[in-house]
Amino acid sequence: MSKDETLGEALRRQGITRRGFLKFCAATASMMALPPSMVPAIAAALEKAMRPSVIWLSFQECTGCTESLTRSHSPTVEGLIFDTISLDYHHTLQAASGSAAEAAREAAMEENYGKYILVVDGSIPTANPGYSTIAGISNKSMLLDTAKGAAAIVAVGTCAAYGGIPKAKPNPTGAVAVSDLIKDKPIINVSGCPPIPVVITGVLAHFLTFGTIPELDALGRPKAYYGQSIHDRCYRRPFYDKGLFANTFDDEGAKKGWCLYKLGCKGPTTYNACATTKWNEGTSFPIEAGHPCLGCSEPDFWDGGGFYKALSMPTEDITRAAVYAVGAGAAAGVALGAMNRAKKARAVKTHEKVTINDLEKGADDD
Amino acid sequence: MHMPDVTPAMELKVETADALTCNVQPLLHEIRHALARLLDEGGHTVIDLRSLPLAPGEEQQLLDELGNGEVYARLHALGPTEIIESRYPGVWIVVHYNSSDEVIGKFIEVCDIPNLLRSQQADIQQGLEQLQAQLPAAIN
Ligand code: SF4
Repeated sequence: MSKDETLGEALRRQGITRRGFLKFCAATASMMALPPSMVPAIAAALEKAMRPSVIWLSFQECTGCTESLTRSHSPTVEGLIFDTISLDYHHTLQAASGSAAEAAREAAMEENYGKYILVVDGSIPTANPGYSTIAGISNKSMLLDTAKGAAAIVAVGTCAAYGGIPKAKPNPTGAVAVSDLIKDKPIINVSGCPPIPVVITGVLAHFLTFGTIPELDALGRPKAYYGQSIHDRCYRRPFYDKGLFANTFDDEGAKKGWCLYKLGCKGPTTYNACATTKWNEGTSFPIEAGHPCLGCSEPDFWDGGGFYKALSMPTEDITRAAVYAVGAGAAAGVALGAMNRAKKARAVKTHEKVTINDLEKGADDD
Repeated sequence: MHMPDVTPAMELKVETADALTCNVQPLLHEIRHALARLLDEGGHTVIDLRSLPLAPGEEQQLLDELGNGEVYARLHALGPTEIIESRYPGVWIVVHYNSSDEVIGKFIEVCDIPNLLRSQQADIQQGLEQLQAQLPAAIN
């Protein structure tokens, strides 16, 4: 697709019929979590849409976000959206490397200054620029430099959106989120570890279709996907409401598909589209596979206490757990007793790392 | 070599769990209202099944309730699409696949005919041009 061709023209040139185009619009509406009644408006807008230039920067990350997106990149509707953008720089996917790749980035920036979308995955180390560099350029200076000419920034994945796993305590690299460094550009946080692929492409499709950024929640995420909690849309919710819980992974409750709250489900405090959009072409999602939600689309999910601790159990930080224990007396002694006392006392004194295993040692240790 | 007699995972039928969202009945009522609207005002309703929380097996339960009617059509436009009229005339199940046969959208449409089944103006125009180009000039 040439740069001044509209999407409608490009699709027709590829021999895609009007019928194919309408199907594309119906699937795109569904992908953008818009009601099917919007299809005619989407068709009219996409017909005229111009190909946006995209520069994709990867910093401290595991490539899971790119993997999530490209997994959906067989010849699909998501793939078409992806083909429609002009991905001018993505150092994991492009053939060029080193200074040739940087030259491509600079050329794309210059040509589309003020108009390109900057996609970032990974957090940015601030403790020492040498922790992560590309062609000798530190992540921070590459971000600040590339952000200048961007129309909008999409922070893909929890690392770019909120710091993610690199920022987990004790955050050795001084990792920060994109929004900690950039204050003067619209930033869309597409959180998740990794985010659902259609949510990534849905955000790009929204920009392509309407030329604007979607409505965002207080944490900068598109409301269309992050507007409701996993818990609100969970099919196990009727069991939660009736107080029917699985207590272990193999008890009667687990077999009957009861609520996973007591096994540590973070669904009630997690906002994402997993419960309806699901994963692997809509096959299922973690709770449907019998595993509690880890809360991966929320800030600091890695430090939110044990993945298998029920939400109300205060395990987040031992000092606070002790305060709760004193306040609530014997009942909360469980929280205190859940730690190996000797280890805990030592840890408080020395700020030593306390593992989940230490936290989970029963009251027997006391 | 003797192969153990195991059922491939892909063939395992997902049983309806006890965990039900109870969304099937309200959906059927929504379809009933949409059908009445179609009769009275000619209103076209589309329900995106991907936007609803359904327990494992519930979608199948809904499709079983709707059953199959007289029309089954398969289109080939950007991958296949199946359009099936349910046993209730005017209620259609539309499933879009990509070219790797993965489902990319599942809708219930309440209308006299889903728009995708109609020949589209732009395609008719293009077809006419192709036919004209193919015929000997004298007949044009
Ligand atoms: S499994 Fe998790 S998300 Fe589902 S109802 Fe229980 S607590 Fe809520």
